[in-house]
Amino acid sequence: MHLAEKLVARAAGREAVTPGEIVTCAVDLAMMHDSGGPRRVKPLLEKLGARVWDPDKVVVITDHYLPAADEESRAILDTARRWVREAGVSRFHDEQGICHVVLPERGHLRPGLFVVGGDSHSPTGGAFGCYMFGVGATEMLGVLVTGEIWLRVPQTIRLQWEGRLADGVVAKDMMLAMCAALGMDGGRYQAVEYCGEAVRGLGMQERMTLCNMAAELGAQAGLVAPDETTRSYLLQAGVPDTAIDLARWHGDPAAAGAEDHRFDAGALAPQVAAPHSPANSAPWDRHGPVSFDVAYIGACTGAKLSDLRMAARILRGRRVAAGVRLLVGPASARDQRHAEEEGTLGALVDAGAELLANSCGACAGYGAHRFGPGQRIIASTARNFRGRMGSPDAAIYLGSPYTVAAAAVAGRLVDPRELLQ
Amino acid sequence: MAHAWVYGDNIDTDVLAPGAYMKFGIEEIARHCMEAVDPEFAGRVRPGDVVIGGRNFGMGSSREQAAQALTHLGVAAVIAPSFGGIFYRNALNLGLVVLECRDAGRVRAGDNVEFDARRGSVLNRSSGERFPCVPIPDHLLDMVEAGGLMPFLMRRRRGTERK
Repeated sequence: MHLAEKLVARAAGREAVTPGEIVTCAVDLAMMHDSGGPRRVKPLLEKLGARVWDPDKVVVITDHYLPAADEESRAILDTARRWVREAGVSRFHDEQGICHVVLPERGHLRPGLFVVGGDSHSPTGGAFGCYMFGVGATEMLGVLVTGEIWLRVPQTIRLQWEGRLADGVVAKDMMLAMCAALGMDGGRYQAVEYCGEAVRGLGMQERMTLCNMAAELGAQAGLVAPDETTRSYLLQAGVPDTAIDLARWHGDPAAAGAEDHRFDAGALAPQVAAPHSPANSAPWDRHGPVSFDVAYIGACTGAKLSDLRMAARILRGRRVAAGVRLLVGPASARDQRHAEEEGTLGALVDAGAELLANSCGACAGYGAHRFGPGQRIIASTARNFRGRMGSPDAAIYLGSPYTVAAAAVAGRLVDPRELLQ
Repeated sequence: MAHAWVYGDNIDTDVLAPGAYMKFGIEEIARHCMEAVDPEFAGRVRPGDVVIGGRNFGMGSSREQAAQALTHLGVAAVIAPSFGGIFYRNALNLGLVVLECRDAGRVRAGDNVEFDARRGSVLNRSSGERFPCVPIPDHLLDMVEAGGLMPFLMRRRRGTERK
């Protein structure tokens, strides 16, 4: 069996499962945020007169309506704060950062878990060898009441990256190249597994970037088989060593792949997605001359500590080009603190960055930072759908934190490898 | 008469439920449903109409308001060659019929379209063509016909109380 099948079989209480069959799985952990979480499920639970099946298996994290810009946003956040108390949910992280980054950093994930999240970027948890996927609020209600969810056992699509990435080329570039190669529905709502030498060489936050954007491939889950890199991250996050089973959670070498795609990491150049789809990706120099009004380092996809370090490596001792705004919204409070202590954040601020809150910010398009018509933005985020971050006539490009930082310095699209220091 | 509203590939959840209105209730979100692609849709769609999508309809976010906005406007079904996986599940959970139909692209805007969710077929009364589609999974049919997960759970709960 593949890793995805082993994870699903365990949650379904079965020895083995076959792709395509429908099974019912026991949920080990359910994560919600302020937008799709308590605000939506509380009235449904009340209508049913039902209680949460196991409050110890629920994590709530606020990240969408922060900072609260108006009455509606404040009310949504207040609902979350009140509900966790009423429901007896103790694993509540308020204003600590974006759910997909906070969840593993606080030690809630470990290999083998079956997890649902009330957000489409929930496949991020697959970086830790969890089967984790996104669901809507009514589906979450079903989980909260029963502790179970149905699933069509996924096929596995293996995305093999052989060779080693060049300096300045990172997980985000791999991901944009895969979006272009496979399309936004290439994942067919199955499980994608990232493997090969280049994937094994990535740190945990880089693996999270890959799994996070399994959503942009249209996959249900994105997985990386856990290894010693996983173990050392989890130990730091407070997970006891005895809870980390590396031997069990990998695919059998002889398991037949439904689909295999091979990529050459050594040949990969920095990638940029043109408006209005991540699938409009190509090497940075294929887009012709593009200048920018805003460079945005943000979101769970592109503003973790590893992402901030990439940006700092370009921006240290330099200034953002005249006429360009550089916005930086560190993905978690803890990552921001580390970045501050080690001087990474200082390098960004000295270069002229404006700091945003530890929240979904402009990426979700829910809050105050929305881009106007005619503006050209380059962002380290996951999605550049028309209108998502503001006006339908804003032009959003996507790139790695290196590429975004280099564009901020040059005021236009350039090769970030030439600005590495 | 079920009037067909026809759209292209990759209609995303931000188009169906724009982020700027997500802090409001479904009435307000539904008023802006599809606005970026077709500003007339929300004002002119009538109860019982169907939406014909292209590939990967509903890709993107897990926000179920994307499906709920359509049910709020009275849309009876979305028929498309393929769907975003989370949208598909959300739609069924909210009682919105979603039918995977390879030939959806043959329907033209304004055609009169009927569907049979249980058998898995679509009939275009305007052209006389009948298309097969992937039926809704057996284990979910009762839930969809009850109007979604909430009515289904409410009914089951009342049933339990009677016993």
